[in-house]
Amino acid sequence: MSGIWNAVFPPGLFTNPLLIHLWIAATVIAVVAGTVGVFVNLRGDAFVAHAVPRGAFAGAAAASLVGANTVLGLGVFAVVMAGAIGMRRQRRANPVDVALILVLALGLGDLFLTLSQAYAPLVFSLLFGQLLGVSATDVWLIGALGVVVLVAVGVVYRPLLLASTAPELAAARGVPIVALNLAFTVLVALAATLTVPVVGALLAFSLMVGPAAAGWYLARTPGRVLGLSVAVAIAVVWIAIVLGYDTNLPIGFLVSALCLAAYVTARAWRWASRKGRSRAGAGAAGSEPLAVG
Amino acid sequence: MGFWHQLVAPGFFQSGQVQAALVIGSVVAVSSAVAGIFVVIRGQAFLGHALGDIGATGAAAAALAGLQALWGFLAAGLVGGLAVDVSSRRARERDVATGVVLSAMLGLSALFLYLISQASGGAGVTQQILFGSIFAVDPALTDPIVGFSLLSVALVALLFRPLLWSSVHLEAARARGIPVGLVSLGFLVAVIVTVEEAALVVGALLSTALLVGPAATAIRFTGRVGRAMLLAVGLGLLDVWLGVLLSYDSYTWPPAGRGWPVSFFIVAVMIVTHGVSHVRPHRRLRAGRAVSEPLG
Repeated sequence: MSGIWNAVFPPGLFTNPLLIHLWIAATVIAVVAGTVGVFVNLRGDAFVAHAVPRGAFAGAAAASLVGANTVLGLGVFAVVMAGAIGMRRQRRANPVDVALILVLALGLGDLFLTLSQAYAPLVFSLLFGQLLGVSATDVWLIGALGVVVLVAVGVVYRPLLLASTAPELAAARGVPIVALNLAFTVLVALAATLTVPVVGALLAFSLMVGPAAAGWYLARTPGRVLGLSVAVAIAVVWIAIVLGYDTNLPIGFLVSALCLAAYVTARAWRWASRKGRSRAGAGAAGSEPLAVG
Repeated sequence: MGFWHQLVAPGFFQSGQVQAALVIGSVVAVSSAVAGIFVVIRGQAFLGHALGDIGATGAAAAALAGLQALWGFLAAGLVGGLAVDVSSRRARERDVATGVVLSAMLGLSALFLYLISQASGGAGVTQQILFGSIFAVDPALTDPIVGFSLLSVALVALLFRPLLWSSVHLEAARARGIPVGLVSLGFLVAVIVTVEEAALVVGALLSTALLVGPAATAIRFTGRVGRAMLLAVGLGLLDVWLGVLLSYDSYTWPPAGRGWPVSFFIVAVMIVTHGVSHVRPHRRLRAGRAVSEPLG
């Protein structure tokens, strides 16, 4: 018994200081991505959630060209991209604008990478995530930025919900739609900046899309969706850390595979509960906790 | 004469590498622009971009298995595109379904590239698959690329009228008895073929650029879809030719010794032409094919 336990949870997994940093950072990231993801799903903005971290990779390449902190470069680029996307849109992000801003950022990223001849493993870890890349300073930074994002979501929660579901009604009530859109894309950018160093630029959006999509299939009210989304995101990153530590596989792959599992499970659950309901005639679909993986 | 040599460095048209790049780039630009017009009208830019990344997963799998990258791209594109189509029967599910499929495929890509780097110890494959290089195209690929481009253009030409109706006025298309589902599936196949071959030869980045950029610019200049398509083809060719030319010239630019990447130049030319299109007031698609929201 203890043999299996030690194989799955090797000694040091919960005591090694580097891993403790990772546990804290990953939990903050999961809460932030799960929260922002509820709105990403509601608004149909998965392209924005994909494009911002992916394009912000160019910022990290630019930072390595001038010798600056890569996470700083990443954050600056993410916020600039989010600003460009948010300024240009009326109600919902126009996918053509997002695509053009993304290819511009990627073109610049290719240029910076070629000019700086960045160290290949650095590129790889930025794209696919790095299990032990979190220092004590990073934990403080991620924690502080995470609190800022969560407070900001709390402040705009109700108007953003209204602007995302019924924009005409929101406009009639005097909710500043354009400012909210801009605020939302900037929140996506900040969430991406937190997520990229751990999960990687290619898969940072997995945590913003998968858990919340599962939540929307299982619950009806935004509050419950939010709770489920955060719970699923936390479960995904925790399981991914354990499996990543055991197997050495890239953390981005594990996170995306677990997110897919959560999404498929939620859709199957919804489908099965509908079938059951139509056969039984009545009965409410429950929103039981979700088994992930 | 001095100015000409400044602009077009000597040897440009004699270089075999440049000739191959211009031929392949032109073929890809044409079929991307033709499919791109409908991608932009139908608001499918996310799917068009996602297919390029999804194909790269197939390429990584093919590299791992020792197969031709072309088949990896096409197979993954078909699997991913059909998965999105099947899992998004309702329109509001499409965006999230695309995101989930893309995330799953990118995750697999991370796994395959990790396994490749474990086997060979190099990360050069990563930059190659993500950014591609038009100068490094295998000459043996020219024939299949031309063939697949023709296939995609022919499919769009065949579907042109019903596709136009179902893209700008879904109810009217249904009333006319157009099999809307079949038409959009046929178009999806044309997009998959175009995006995957483009992603193979110019990289996932440029495949999105050539699909969306010229079409989005052309639609701002004319209200007629046929004319917009011709204009988009012209703009796509301009992007590729100017991009290749500037990249060839850049071998003498600082920091010396290495050229600047061609994908950067193609995107730069594209963004500049798109910016110019914003100077003019924007026209909408004409009546009969009218749409209520501005496009691009």
